[in-house]
Amino acid sequence: MTFDYAHLLPIVPEIAVLVLASILLLVDLWLKDEDKGTNHLIAVFGLLVVIGLTGVVGGGEREIVLSGSYIRDPMSDVLKIAVLVVSLLSFVYSRDYLRDRGLWVGEFYVLTLCAVLGMMVMISANSFLTLYLGLELLALSLYALVAFERDNPSGAEAAMKYFVLGALGSGLLLYGLSMLYGASGSLELGAVARAVAWQGADNQVLVFGLVFVVIGIGFKFGAVPFHMWVPDTYQGAPNPVVLFLGSAPKIAAFALAFRLLVDGLGQLHADWQGMLVILSVISLAVGNIVAIAQTNIKRMLAYSTISHVGFIFLGLLAGTTEGFAAAMFYAIVYALMAAGGFGLLVMMSRQGHEVERLEDLKGLNERDSWQAAMMALVMFSMAGVPPTVGFMAKLLVLDAVISIGLWWLALIAVFFSVIGAFYYLRVVKIIYFDKPEVIEPLVVGSGARVALSVTGLAILLLGLFPAALLTYCQAAFA
Amino acid sequence: MQSAIPVLSLSIWLPIIGGLFVLASGDKVPGISRWTALGFSILTFLISLLLWTGFESDTAQMQFVEHATWIPGINAWYYLGVDGISMPLIVLTTFITILVVIAGWEVIQYKPSQYLAAFLMMEGVMIGVFSALDAVLFYVFWEAMLIPMFIIIGVWGGPNRVYATIKFFLYTFFGSVFMLVALIYMYFKSGSYSILDFQQLPLSLTEQVWIFLAFLAAFAVKVPMWPVHTWLPDAHVEAPTGGSVILAAIMLKIGGYGFLRFSLPITPDASATLDWLIIAMSLIAVVYIGFVALVQQDMKKLIAYSSIAHMGFVTLGFFIVFAIFNRPEAVGGAVLGMAGGMVQMVSHGFISAAMFLCVGVLYDRLHSREISTYGGVIHTMPVFGALMVFFAMANAGLPGTSGFVGEFMVILASFQADFWYAFLAATTLILGAAYTLWMVKRVVYGPVTSDQVAGLRDANGRELLVLGTLAVAVVALGVWPEPLVEVMDASIQHLAQHIAVSKLAAAPAAVAALP
Repeated sequence: MTFDYAHLLPIVPEIAVLVLASILLLVDLWLKDEDKGTNHLIAVFGLLVVIGLTGVVGGGEREIVLSGSYIRDPMSDVLKIAVLVVSLLSFVYSRDYLRDRGLWVGEFYVLTLCAVLGMMVMISANSFLTLYLGLELLALSLYALVAFERDNPSGAEAAMKYFVLGALGSGLLLYGLSMLYGASGSLELGAVARAVAWQGADNQVLVFGLVFVVIGIGFKFGAVPFHMWVPDTYQGAPNPVVLFLGSAPKIAAFALAFRLLVDGLGQLHADWQGMLVILSVISLAVGNIVAIAQTNIKRMLAYSTISHVGFIFLGLLAGTTEGFAAAMFYAIVYALMAAGGFGLLVMMSRQGHEVERLEDLKGLNERDSWQAAMMALVMFSMAGVPPTVGFMAKLLVLDAVISIGLWWLALIAVFFSVIGAFYYLRVVKIIYFDKPEVIEPLVVGSGARVALSVTGLAILLLGLFPAALLTYCQAAFA
Repeated sequence: MQSAIPVLSLSIWLPIIGGLFVLASGDKVPGISRWTALGFSILTFLISLLLWTGFESDTAQMQFVEHATWIPGINAWYYLGVDGISMPLIVLTTFITILVVIAGWEVIQYKPSQYLAAFLMMEGVMIGVFSALDAVLFYVFWEAMLIPMFIIIGVWGGPNRVYATIKFFLYTFFGSVFMLVALIYMYFKSGSYSILDFQQLPLSLTEQVWIFLAFLAAFAVKVPMWPVHTWLPDAHVEAPTGGSVILAAIMLKIGGYGFLRFSLPITPDASATLDWLIIAMSLIAVVYIGFVALVQQDMKKLIAYSSIAHMGFVTLGFFIVFAIFNRPEAVGGAVLGMAGGMVQMVSHGFISAAMFLCVGVLYDRLHSREISTYGGVIHTMPVFGALMVFFAMANAGLPGTSGFVGEFMVILASFQADFWYAFLAATTLILGAAYTLWMVKRVVYGPVTSDQVAGLRDANGRELLVLGTLAVAVVALGVWPEPLVEVMDASIQHLAQHIAVSKLAAAPAAVAALP
């Protein structure tokens, strides 16, 4: 097989991210402590360039390059841009926090960009090995980021928990992949799909491997009962890392699930559908009910993530193009909402004071009514109240679930989202109805202020005009 | 019929944009936000009058229709239109909003711009609920309504406001999500989200019963019907005056409107099968809640319970039609019952708003809603006292006021359905008079009971303007309900004919069951 440079064209964005990370690593060596802001500028502008490149390279029919191990299709374009935009937002949110804590070092950006690269590789993976490579690149960068604040023991504890459970999840996934490799004789997803279609579900080894693959996906998403790491990691990690960890990787996890379950094992839909039904129902139940008992807002949002994962699974398990589009829409929208929610926590955290208790948000409306309104939008959106986009995402998922006749599942989902509404409302209540403990106005950098406004308005506008994003999601599976 | 100028869109979005302006004007100079809010609310009212003047009352077709692409991916459209049922409710909304803006003028000192903005946005969203003909659009407006109300009660409410507002939100949210599932289910049956298509959709009886119950969960909570009414007294007691007014005058009507727009036409056979349930719930509301109102110590709670009893009349009027259909000699009663329910809704919009505003006037002075705080108010506030007595009479259904018209029509119709329905419904004439007049007797009449009451000053010009306008409306509707009945007539006739025809004959399951 000859090497054709044209094959590199679809992966230009990935190359650009790698180059960007390398540049930062080098530039950082020559920067004095007071000039570390340059890192931020390079990272932000670099990401903007990469977003542009992704748009330029993207579009058109799907292409499979690098001997079948890499794919660029409409879905990967949209997901990559979403990952890049959310990562960009999290950089902007984190700027002041990192500066105030003396964490403004090149390594933060390099590690984050490596994670971004890992996500992009996952999104475009067309073979088991590429997928696993991307996954591990993401995971290893995140382990290090969680422990980024070296002197903070709770961060180290969180990183340890995350590492042990994450490694376990990766191991299970790898084990499942090896089974599938054994049964199908190929690592490439297309070939696996053909082998599965030929053998069918009669082959016990395939179904056996599928079980482990689903468990691995469950770990990476943080679905119940593989969710144990989520609240602990969120609680222990520094706020900017939680912001990053809690948002963009959900999009990549969706890609992981889609590539494996649909591209690879679409023929086994009947088998994995049942598994996902169980995972999503218990995720919805545990996530929404346990979140009520939390007083730490990071833990609360962690359980909220778990419940949202239940919704993403609902869309996936429908197994129809509408279902996939709905799940993809949901994953992107969730990442945006999470970026807004955690972003506000990052913005509010001042020197030596990490905002993580619910009480810290008390009376935010008195201190800064614009930020308060944006946070309320995020909360209403997570609760799924129109006219925010969170409602549209839930509507699409419910549409997909009811279209395959599982209306009882839709009833369960809406029942738990009513329970979930309670703790989101409690945050709004704390912001609007309680008197603040500190009265001084919120000091927020202009960048972060713009980022939160963009997030909040996007949540509102996409809720009013969901077609803007939905069209792309549906086109990805047309 | 496509309209030349988008009147409905204007009435929805103008107040919402106005709300944004008011929000942006901030609280540094409170006068700006007040006058902006007043300007926008009057402008919206004037625009909504175009609906009334341009309305063709001889057709049941949707009018002022707007149809534009919204979410092609799920076949949801930006589809608006009104008929004789929704149009009067829209005008009621825009009318009441002006009064709410004026009523909150000096009273609200804490963040007035946010307060007024919330009411303006609320207005737009409520008009959206009444005019949406696409189920997704309807649901978006329906739920979006909760957000401003949640904030209004929670921020400007009384001491127990947090409990009340969260209870309000969760109750209504819980009711409506099941409706959402029903709407999506029908989308897959009919291939569109158009409410008019839903109304023509053939459904088997089992499907209809499930869909009916899902709608009932949403609308019964909103109306509210016994036994899911418990959020209302809490919400009313804690809400600021303006919040109570909007809640009683408009939001409760949205539940009644839902029955007419969704439950009856979409699931006529389930409604006919389960009409005993609704009638029983309505009669319990009329009788039992009437007694509950009698023992209240808190004026707002008393009016809240009286609202539940009056809304019982509305649902009774809507659902006795099936009993009337069984008696071929009395078909005219069906239309009478539904028209009575509609008149009752509009009339209750005026009267409950006025009653809550009266309580608000007293509360602003003495900061108490307890009946026992007052006594002999007429001696120090003669003009206000007279108005309050007038509205109390209207609430009790005095002939000549609007309160009488709707109740009378519903009672008349229920006689054609069943004597005992009418008998139980008519107890309201006694109970309603008892609880309202007894409250008036204790608050307004009698000797002056305390120094506080002795120091009261009579209602000021602003308060008199608001109450006087409502008094005119109550009398006008009471002595001359004809214009209102006329605009509704064609739509209600059409609805009665529609629900008289069973959907089961057309349903595939029924066809298959034939030999």
